[in-house]
Amino acid sequence: MVGLETVRLVGDAGEVSTTTAPFAEVASSNAALRAFLHGLPGVDRVGADARAAMLGTRSIKTTAKAKAIDLAISMVDLTTLEGADTPGKVRAMCAKAVHPDPTDPSVPRVAAVCVYPDLVATAVRALDGSGVKVASVATAFPSGRSSLDVKVADTALAVAAGAAEIDMVIDRGAFLSGDYLKVFEEITAIKAACGPAGGAQEGEHSAHLKVILETGELATYDNVRRASWLAMLAGADFIKTSTGKVQPAATLPVTLVMLEAVRDFRLRTGRVVGVKPAGGIRTTKDAIKYLVLVNETAGADWLTPDLFRLGASTLLNDLLMQRQKMATGRYAGPDYFTLD
Amino acid sequence: MFEYAPAPESREIVDIKPSYGLFIGGEWVDSQGENHHKTINPASEEVLAEVAWATEADVDRAVRAARAAFTTWSALPGSERAKYIFRIARIIQERSRELAVLETLDNGKPIRESRDVDLPLVAAHFFYYAGWADKLRYAGFGRRTTDGHSGEDPRPLGVAGQVIPWNFPLLMLAWKIAPALACGNTVVLKPAETTPLTALAFADICRQADLPPGVVNIVTGAGETGAALVNHPGVDKVAFTGSTEVGRMIARSVAGTGKRLSLELGGKAANIVFEDAPLDQAVEGIVNGIFFNQGHVCCAGSRLLVQESVADEVLDALKRRLSTLRLGDPMDKNTDIGAINSAAQLAKIRELAEAGVNEGAERWSPACPIPERGFWFPPTVFTGVAQSHRIAREEIFGPVLSVLTFRTPAEAVEKANNTPYGLSAGIWTEKGSRILWMADRLRAGVVWANTFNRFDPTSPFGGYKESGYGREGGRHGLEAYLAV
Repeated sequence: MVGLETVRLVGDAGEVSTTTAPFAEVASSNAALRAFLHGLPGVDRVGADARAAMLGTRSIKTTAKAKAIDLAISMVDLTTLEGADTPGKVRAMCAKAVHPDPTDPSVPRVAAVCVYPDLVATAVRALDGSGVKVASVATAFPSGRSSLDVKVADTALAVAAGAAEIDMVIDRGAFLSGDYLKVFEEITAIKAACGPAGGAQEGEHSAHLKVILETGELATYDNVRRASWLAMLAGADFIKTSTGKVQPAATLPVTLVMLEAVRDFRLRTGRVVGVKPAGGIRTTKDAIKYLVLVNETAGADWLTPDLFRLGASTLLNDLLMQRQKMATGRYAGPDYFTLD
Repeated sequence: MFEYAPAPESREIVDIKPSYGLFIGGEWVDSQGENHHKTINPASEEVLAEVAWATEADVDRAVRAARAAFTTWSALPGSERAKYIFRIARIIQERSRELAVLETLDNGKPIRESRDVDLPLVAAHFFYYAGWADKLRYAGFGRRTTDGHSGEDPRPLGVAGQVIPWNFPLLMLAWKIAPALACGNTVVLKPAETTPLTALAFADICRQADLPPGVVNIVTGAGETGAALVNHPGVDKVAFTGSTEVGRMIARSVAGTGKRLSLELGGKAANIVFEDAPLDQAVEGIVNGIFFNQGHVCCAGSRLLVQESVADEVLDALKRRLSTLRLGDPMDKNTDIGAINSAAQLAKIRELAEAGVNEGAERWSPACPIPERGFWFPPTVFTGVAQSHRIAREEIFGPVLSVLTFRTPAEAVEKANNTPYGLSAGIWTEKGSRILWMADRLRAGVVWANTFNRFDPTSPFGGYKESGYGREGGRHGLEAYLAV
């Protein structure tokens, strides 16, 4: 079960760009996909909730807390996804992303900013050379209720504007009606629209694909596990909990189930997929609970911004406030942290 | 690796006296003997306090105090007794942090467990039985109404002599004292010789709650004190939790005396994992089943029966999970595995583990540093275990798991039941009908489905066969303290 090699198939756009040898036949038909996904071990809700709650009691103090705060800052996908977003708002957020605390240059920059496709170009200009990536939601975010053509075009728009990461949504309607193949094929199509596999060639652009499961609409942990595997089989680089537009958004047990999925997927295929809880993570305490969950579920290999992100907006200021408290022993008032 | 910095709970909150007497008739009294023993912190071997080991004369004095208090206590309306028990429950909640720290210091269990499991359950037990005190006539014992006439209300038994073990010192005290008081009995309780401190703190709580003198008496000591208590002619009821060996001795000595007896003894529970189990949660359940409280749990899932078709997968996942367990200072809030309670227990665990190796089973433990002082045993898994091996038959009472495989549900039942014990069992499957089919056939007092080692005051607990008789907890637990 362990150590099977990843096989990368270089194909035309629209084909499965990355698949894995043990599961080559899994997506040959809806029936085959269904048999595979329903053959995964079930998730007992009570047990998963209890495990997440127990890990939530870990006490992270002093040096460990300082390290965790910096790690969490470096994993933040600073996000604005409002109808009222403007270039000015996005530029302000980008400035914050690069220098979260203007008075303290030792604060790490965040991992990425996350915006709608039409604002990608603005963000790319604002972040040029900073090392902060630009992520864009796409595929008729947040509901995903449009045609595949529109979703592909939406993705292409964002990629062309320079997005390094695409946060797509799955078709939850198709998933819940049992049409797993449709979900799979949409993900592979969007993956293709992200650019050629195996990294960008000269002058060509390739974006990382995060697949949003919208776990609040999938409702059961069994569905979360199946959707995680479905997305990974279809080539997701990251699996992400939520759009932030549906309640509940990210929760610890849902993230636990997803972390188990990426851990098992690596064991069986050798390919490493990242995880991004998003929505509802507002405090340093919450963020540290997620880091503990990663550490004790998928393992320390995932404790890097390349493989774990926190989708959030207000979290960053709480992290900064706690960071300053660790350094000075005192809390500064909220006016000492910028609102962007 | 994300290293967690030490996060020790403060011990400032507890005030341990250098020496303790006996709690008899609502007062602290000196023992009439000269026998004093030290109780130590098993994680550091540091001496915590000195306690008296009560003599036969001390026990006699305690039983007389309980007898004297019984007349008025049993005559109180149930609603009045309930007030005292509710008050005790609230004080336990208010002092829970202090009691958790004290329990961890004296017992060696991780503070996370004493704080999150033991203390909430202790308070819940007192709350639960406080609620029964004025409703005993509706509990199904006594006061028959079938012929239209109301009969007698159920009556208490009298003085209960209670002897409890060291694995859950305060929780076992709660299981014993709460129903006894609710039913109108008075008690003389002997805590284990290695873990007397929380029982002595409980004596202080009885005073704080203004419990009438003599209703609860605490006599500390070892086996001789326990024998003096259970053999005392003034005791009407004996309740014992501990080893099957001692339980047998007690049953012999109580036979023919007219004393009522309930015994909660050893176990060798099967935790049965089917191929269609929720595997990640099953692995957690296996860990919780045998490594919770260092395996010092009478209902521990010490035999893992795993369906052969998923055995490798489950064992790989289990070993991976075990390597994340954190063994060390029980006072650290992030510790998962604490210290073995005593040198004697450690020696017994070592002896049985050696027997496992000698009989041909394969021994595995995760790499984990063992502290230099104190009593420690790493989490250990034996694979290739046969039913005939000692480690598959004898209670180890330590963090040692024996793994066996099965092929069919019928074989699982046969192996699970093939033990002189019958305290608990666990079933892991997503198939509801199989849970019911198995539960019907397993001869164990508690059968958990897709969970393990979960306790609740409303749920009766007790054993089959050599695991003892009588039930504690729930409505059933009242029967052991009523003349029915």
